[in-house]
Amino acid sequence: MDVKSVRGFVGNKLSFSDVSASEGVKMAAAMAPEDVVAIVTASGLKGRGGAGFPTGKKWEYAFGQEGHPKYIIGNADEGEPGTFKDRLILTDFPELVFAGMAIAGRAVGAEFGILYLRAEYGWLRQHLEAAMARCREKGLLGKAIGGAKDFSFDISIRMGSGAYICGEETALLESLEGRRGDARNRIPFPVQAGYLGKPTVVNNVETLAWVPCILVKGPSWFAGMGTRKAPGAWLFSVSGDCKRPGIYEYPFGTSLRQILADVGADNPKAVQVGGASGNCVPPSEFDRTMTPGDLATGGSIIVFGPGQDMFAVAENFQHFFADESCGQCIPCRVGNQRLLEAIASMRPNGLDKEGERTVRQLAQTMTVASKCGLGQMSPRAFLSILNNFAGELPGHA
Amino acid sequence: MDVQTITITIDGKAVTVAPGTTVLEAARSAGIHIPTLCHHDDLCSEALYSQTSESDRPAHEEAGMLATPSSCRLCLVEVEGLAKLHASCALPIHNAMTIHTSSTAIRHARRDILELMMSEHYGDCFACARNGTCELQQLCADYGVTSERFGRPQAPLFPMAAPGNIIVRDMNKCILCRRCVRMCALYQGVYALTTEGRGDHSRISAFMGKEMKDAICINCGQCINRCPTGALSERDDTEAVWHAIEDPDKIVVIQTAPAPRAAIGEAFGCTPGTALTYQLNTALKRAGFDKVFDTTFSADLTIMEEGAELLSRLYKGVVLKDNGARLPQFTSCSPGWIKFIEHFHPDFLPNLSSAKSPQQMMGAVIKTYFAEKNGWDPSKIVSVSLMPCTAKKFEAARPEMDSSGFRDVDFALTTRELARMLKQAGIELPKLEETPFDDPFGVSSGSGVIFGASGGVMEAALRTVLELVTGEKVENLFDKADIKPVRGFDGVRMAEVTIDKVGPVPALLAHLVPDFEWLKGVTLRVGLAHGTINAVRVLKDIQEGGPLSTCHFIEFMACPGGCLGGGGQPIPTDRDIRNARAKALYSEDANDVVRKSHENEDVLRIYRDFFTEGPLSRKSHELLHTHYKERV
Repeated sequence: MDVKSVRGFVGNKLSFSDVSASEGVKMAAAMAPEDVVAIVTASGLKGRGGAGFPTGKKWEYAFGQEGHPKYIIGNADEGEPGTFKDRLILTDFPELVFAGMAIAGRAVGAEFGILYLRAEYGWLRQHLEAAMARCREKGLLGKAIGGAKDFSFDISIRMGSGAYICGEETALLESLEGRRGDARNRIPFPVQAGYLGKPTVVNNVETLAWVPCILVKGPSWFAGMGTRKAPGAWLFSVSGDCKRPGIYEYPFGTSLRQILADVGADNPKAVQVGGASGNCVPPSEFDRTMTPGDLATGGSIIVFGPGQDMFAVAENFQHFFADESCGQCIPCRVGNQRLLEAIASMRPNGLDKEGERTVRQLAQTMTVASKCGLGQMSPRAFLSILNNFAGELPGHA
Repeated sequence: MDVQTITITIDGKAVTVAPGTTVLEAARSAGIHIPTLCHHDDLCSEALYSQTSESDRPAHEEAGMLATPSSCRLCLVEVEGLAKLHASCALPIHNAMTIHTSSTAIRHARRDILELMMSEHYGDCFACARNGTCELQQLCADYGVTSERFGRPQAPLFPMAAPGNIIVRDMNKCILCRRCVRMCALYQGVYALTTEGRGDHSRISAFMGKEMKDAICINCGQCINRCPTGALSERDDTEAVWHAIEDPDKIVVIQTAPAPRAAIGEAFGCTPGTALTYQLNTALKRAGFDKVFDTTFSADLTIMEEGAELLSRLYKGVVLKDNGARLPQFTSCSPGWIKFIEHFHPDFLPNLSSAKSPQQMMGAVIKTYFAEKNGWDPSKIVSVSLMPCTAKKFEAARPEMDSSGFRDVDFALTTRELARMLKQAGIELPKLEETPFDDPFGVSSGSGVIFGASGGVMEAALRTVLELVTGEKVENLFDKADIKPVRGFDGVRMAEVTIDKVGPVPALLAHLVPDFEWLKGVTLRVGLAHGTINAVRVLKDIQEGGPLSTCHFIEFMACPGGCLGGGGQPIPTDRDIRNARAKALYSEDANDVVRKSHENEDVLRIYRDFFTEGPLSRKSHELLHTHYKERV
């Protein structure tokens, strides 16, 4: 398959377009690891996989670890429904991702990186291998990068097998080690004991791609794009009932209303922000902004037009979670299944007070008791639909 | 050395622990009970670590399994300053924190989790083998789970296991805690069970969804002992045994092994370590068994045969330089271990002693020697055994175990099955008077009794071999004949004893060796391993020419702790319970008048009257020895 032929629609100008990956790596080669960490920290870059952990802080922890060797994992298991920005980055800007991994390696003292590519992106592998070969030719990967004797870094690609849970970083590590993708306990954290029990940085593809941009253009350029509390910009995957679905770059603090206008969403009934595990936002809240603490986002926006049945949407999402739970912990494995049955039943039969109390209690227990983010986030879409669109249920006032 | 400690607050109480201790362990040490269904004391990392020596710690590939899965989520606690609830079993203490183990939020979450478990639980408690010992049942009672807010299955979600399985799985009762998976991998190294499927399709499975009988499984039953619910149990043979008892044409005899006698009281509310050997004889007679024999008799017989085999192998190896005599000799009394080596290390089969296990030896002599002596038709004898073991059911059914023309053993019952039978018969075991065993297999030696503990077979063999070879009382070598170097629960152990002097060859062994001069000055090295993961370590060491390759004799027990920790023993089990059972066995040994197998009068008599050509003779080979085969 020709990679170029499946390029996504890019709605506005991306910062990535005018950055040279080589330049970023060469700058890192000329710097002390601590200085690389300091620049990324100063930029305020946060993880783009959805959890939003400060990248500089993660690197700093990894830098301080004594274990050896250390690993950099590029998380290209982009599986959140409605999210496809990483695919665009992998097709159009793979060098930036590899450069970001090399720079991360420089920062924390790792010489080996793995790109964990989701099974559904298998067709990208050849294209990525070719890009990696170009990086080696240009000296972005390999030994003594940029002439620095103590800077060696190379990457291999490993394929996922199609499980959503393997995008969760600890399940990803289990999968990399050859076991089923089950979430691990969060203590120790991957930066302490990750891949093969060694200090490991797992960063999302987009996070990594921003890194060389930050080095080349400077942390204040990046920080200047967003708000003071939420610096930087983000790539959004926009899909659903709108005229111009595709990838858009917006600085933090942009209002949902503006994005909807730009993508040609006429009179939307609701917008799902953050993929299946995100929130469903009603029109009354369209002035909210894309900012952590307001509308947290995994970089995904799904627009629902006036004709959509919101509880069909909830059931669809719920089906996804019941299927994609790793099956390990009870609140997630059984909870998602019971919640799916409850939604399937309330669509034709409505929901009485006691039923509502039960599903809310179940959702609460799933949120507080599940082992990993999958179970903790999975009731969110349903709850926000129940909170805002309960009137669509039969028999509901 | 300063031991660094951390003090945390749990429910307002200051608790001081070593760094890395989990909140769950810390709470329990302070007398605060936190419920859990996936954590098990045998499976938390500390227990695992102490089960093996430092150098034996699980290799990295097992490390992922070493961590608690924290999958049941019942042990949730609140940590001040942190959002959400945290699984205390997976929360190591590295700095001061304030923990709350009980609150409305926690209580509600736990009750919801239990109700979610029940929402896919099919089967009635009253019809379950674990009724009364089920951890899920207990927690549902504790947390007042009375409603069925999330529903209950109205029909089985999974088919019942096919007939013919010894390890019986009922997935309708499985909560996917994975204790069985971890036990099988981490202690047994068998990996018979795994988790397959995702989401709602997730389940515990033998390889490719096979029945247990078709999977590579050694039937050790350790999974059953760790299962919190009735999802795992052994094949129930009690009905068939009742049927035989009630058949007036049949003579039903039972042999009882030492490990169940030291544990069956637990099923009747006694504290672990209460030996009820002679009360049990009374109970069995009352239940309708015609004769009650002591398996320790045939344990002594095993020592005679296996000890003679060892001396014969040593002689062939040391003096005759016969390469066919493979050393070290491996013990063969643990049927889980036998199936393990047949599956995984057939290259070591020649090292196995050809001696049958005590269960099978007893079975063989009951239907020959005993039948002859009493003029009974062996075809009318139903031979039952009480064993701590689920693998004994498989051993009893091995096709080759019928050299007398009859099945050596017809039914092997576990401790749990027999406890159930006694309860059905209304027999209050602990309250009964004592009754001796029946002749001619009623005299036991302390050596036979300690077969039930890891190291016991070795100690029994050493007592006999040393005494027969040196002609000197073993008490002169080891105080009170307690060979303590081979005792204990370390996963792999080694001991050695130098033979300073030798005596004349006793008449019983005269057909095997001309003299013992060649043993003078020889240092006899022995090894021990329990839990088949430790057997793997021993075999690997032998292959690599490590210290264990210099051993002459190695004892292998499939189950952690030996037979007293067997897969057929009362549930629950943990290190303390196994220790208590071991103590009971060793104190029975210490109090026995006869402490050594070769001093057991009944054993000497059977060599005088029946196996007249002595150990390892043609007749004993026919009835008391067996052979092994590679399995795939």
